[in-house]
Amino acid sequence: MNLDARIPDGPIQEKWDRRKFELKLVNPANKRKYKVLVVGSGLAGAAAAASMAELGYQVECFCYQDSPRRAHSIAAQGGINAAKNYRNDGDSVWRLFYDTVKGGDFRAREANVYRLAQCSVNIIDQAVAQGVPFARDYSGLLDNRSFGGAQVSRTFYARGQTGQQLLLGAYAALSRQIHAGQVKMFNRTEMLDLVVVDGHAKGIVVRDMVSGEVRAHAGDAVVLATGGYGNVFYLSTNAKGCNVTAAWRAHKRGAGFANPCYTQIHPTCIPVSGDHQSKLTLMSESLRNDGRVWVPKKPKDTRPPNQIPEDERDYYLERKYPSFGNLAPRDIASRAAKEACDKGLGIGETGLGVYLDFRDAIARLGKEAIKARYGNLFHMYSKITAEDPYSQPMRIYPAVHYTMGGLWVDYDLQSTIPGLFVAGEANFSDHGANRLGASALMQGLCDGYFVVPATIAGYLAGQKPGGVDGKHPAFRASIKEIEDRVKQLLSIQGGRTVDEFHKALGKIMWDKCGMARNEQGLNEALREIPALREEFWRDVKVLGDGMTLNQSLEKAGRVADFLEFGELLCRDALERRESCGGHFREEWQDDGEARRDDEHFAHVAVWEYQGDVKDAVRHQEELQFENVQLAVRSYK
Amino acid sequence: MKVTLHIWRQSQPSDRHAQSARDFQRDGRMVRYELDDVSPDMSFLEMLDVLNEHLIKKGEEPVAFDHDCREGICGACGVVINGVAHGPEKGTTTCQLHMRSFRDGAEIYVEPWRAKAFPVVRDLIVDRSAFDRVVQNGAYVSVNTGAPQDANATPVPKADADKAFDAATCIGCGACVAACKNASAMLFVGAKVSHFVHLPQGRVEREERARNLVTAMDEEGFGNCTNQYECEAVCPKEIPVRVIADMNREFLRAKVREE
Repeated sequence: MNLDARIPDGPIQEKWDRRKFELKLVNPANKRKYKVLVVGSGLAGAAAAASMAELGYQVECFCYQDSPRRAHSIAAQGGINAAKNYRNDGDSVWRLFYDTVKGGDFRAREANVYRLAQCSVNIIDQAVAQGVPFARDYSGLLDNRSFGGAQVSRTFYARGQTGQQLLLGAYAALSRQIHAGQVKMFNRTEMLDLVVVDGHAKGIVVRDMVSGEVRAHAGDAVVLATGGYGNVFYLSTNAKGCNVTAAWRAHKRGAGFANPCYTQIHPTCIPVSGDHQSKLTLMSESLRNDGRVWVPKKPKDTRPPNQIPEDERDYYLERKYPSFGNLAPRDIASRAAKEACDKGLGIGETGLGVYLDFRDAIARLGKEAIKARYGNLFHMYSKITAEDPYSQPMRIYPAVHYTMGGLWVDYDLQSTIPGLFVAGEANFSDHGANRLGASALMQGLCDGYFVVPATIAGYLAGQKPGGVDGKHPAFRASIKEIEDRVKQLLSIQGGRTVDEFHKALGKIMWDKCGMARNEQGLNEALREIPALREEFWRDVKVLGDGMTLNQSLEKAGRVADFLEFGELLCRDALERRESCGGHFREEWQDDGEARRDDEHFAHVAVWEYQGDVKDAVRHQEELQFENVQLAVRSYK
Repeated sequence: MKVTLHIWRQSQPSDRHAQSARDFQRDGRMVRYELDDVSPDMSFLEMLDVLNEHLIKKGEEPVAFDHDCREGICGACGVVINGVAHGPEKGTTTCQLHMRSFRDGAEIYVEPWRAKAFPVVRDLIVDRSAFDRVVQNGAYVSVNTGAPQDANATPVPKADADKAFDAATCIGCGACVAACKNASAMLFVGAKVSHFVHLPQGRVEREERARNLVTAMDEEGFGNCTNQYECEAVCPKEIPVRVIADMNREFLRAKVREE
């Protein structure tokens, strides 16, 4: 497997300019001869589809939702980072670059992260030009807030709905190109296979989720912007439909999968209320600007929180990490919450929760000011819990949120399959082992607006347009495989529902490969997952037929892929014998703090599929740190 | 708690060009289900999940309904509950509605959005692509990806930015259309017009946008506004009807300047 990242030469500040100059261009008259397939319509997908269409390429874009506007980027709440330094508080491209590399526990590729920091400023300009209504102060200029892992205020926001507003901006740009006839949009269409011809990605096979038709789409290049795989844990903050299928099928066709064990557990989510729970809801990290996290000092203290006096509360983040306090990064805040609950200090009926308290901020700033900043989040919280966060602290607990791992890509965001580009959460490149708050929106839009539209030309310039059409035998073979799989799923008619299998998988993943992992648990998971998968193919019950809208069938296909992917995730977690970022191995710690092993693990682990998950081969891309000194990551 | 559900089941998609209601509804009918293991902490959609698990076990096909984020922002979900779009709670999407809003033993009627422009795909799922097509006709600023001016080069008064946001918060769920006796989409379209007209970036194309969006809305078969404000009452994001006034004013302005 060729893992040459193709990082441009020269000083890090000049690499991106250099690459843009080195890349071959496609002349404007020829661009319309090329067709690019974009799978996913979130920030990365919609931005890439719109931007490439503006450049003149023919674009086809696919999403499983009923409209591209519903992609899960829409749910991002808190904000988007950009090194604008509008606050004059010492921010710079270099500082954002440094914070992101450090925040990722030194497991990201420097050159990619530097480019991300550089492009961050353009994203804000672009979004404002599109009419994204960011928060402004009374001078009419853009407002900022702070996020975890940073000591500057560089996060731009639109109330608690920043993802929504940015996605609607990208969706608007996409809609304009659909109107212009440059993009053909396929809603309620799910990618089920990648088609590779002579080693190059030449198309996809999809299922029309309304008619059930399985069909081929050929193109000159494919861009996957299909999001993360957090739903392998069943309960997560992801939308119900989020899945790993597109990335997994690409992996099975030869794309390397990088660092699947890097999963982010977000510290502030609403705790689970019962077995019926279908998903978890995030409470934005921005709340930690004004909310203080605490637990009672006394175990099993059942007094209502407002009756627990100040000296009997442990504001543990402020105590353990005085310089970052409540804005410690996510992985650290989550582990600290788990540690408190493991000691029996957790709150609520289950003991799996901590308080996030706004009492002091409300006293200092007034209820109205807090409402203006977080009104929609407080509203959402009270809808779900029937409690009023203005008068009593929120109860929160960590939950699966984001996945830093993903398909391996080089500097140009091209996977190990030529012609297959991967953008946004679906790739692995920028966040290392832990993503900082407000960096996902930045990365999705950077990849979509600025990187892929530039780098894809370098690939296309070497390809003859329309070289392969949908009648190629590779497409026919893939369609047959997909149709057979649909028939198989419908013919089992066993005794357990798809959700029952998904929940069982989620329990294994959360218990044995969740916030803390150890060798014994991972080995157990590696026995249990294949057994569950075998049971699934013997005993799953999917009703109805394949030629109509059939939501159970859609879910069954996705869960079948999660049952394979979960095994790879656990294998990766087992092989990474160190703790870093969101990957915490109990064997490697210093009193609860992650202990990295730079000597043996300062690399990206990239898995190559070999016919079965258990046979996948682990390769390494060594990470070179030339601009940032590897150091123990301290927020104390 | 126990509930009795009456749910619209329809396996054949509505014919968009049907001449009669009967043809539009195809094999659709209300079907009664009893459910006795409901927790007040469940969301409405989790209650439907439980029903579906029971149905699958019994060998009956589950009820199809649209949903995705389940936190009230993607706009995918939405059903009419006891005659009210998104159910009894104000400012709440169906996925954020919890069973504690119903009493034990409640009888609950669940139907899809009913509008000619939203044909039923299956059971509670409707086709809202008409909204996308309206947006494609001009609900954007015609700017390409590139190097626009610095984001702070044009200050925007906070009051204007806030007004733009109040309209831009629309999630495109379609409840406004479902609640309107005329199946009008004016709250949705008005929100688009209002969002852009309150920002300097959006004002350049204001006339063209108002004309094109109104024309597209009419062509999709949405009805007219007769000022009953049912749309505002059910809107989960509480978008005010003043956006309709914004749209009417902008449309009129465009017409006058056209003459």
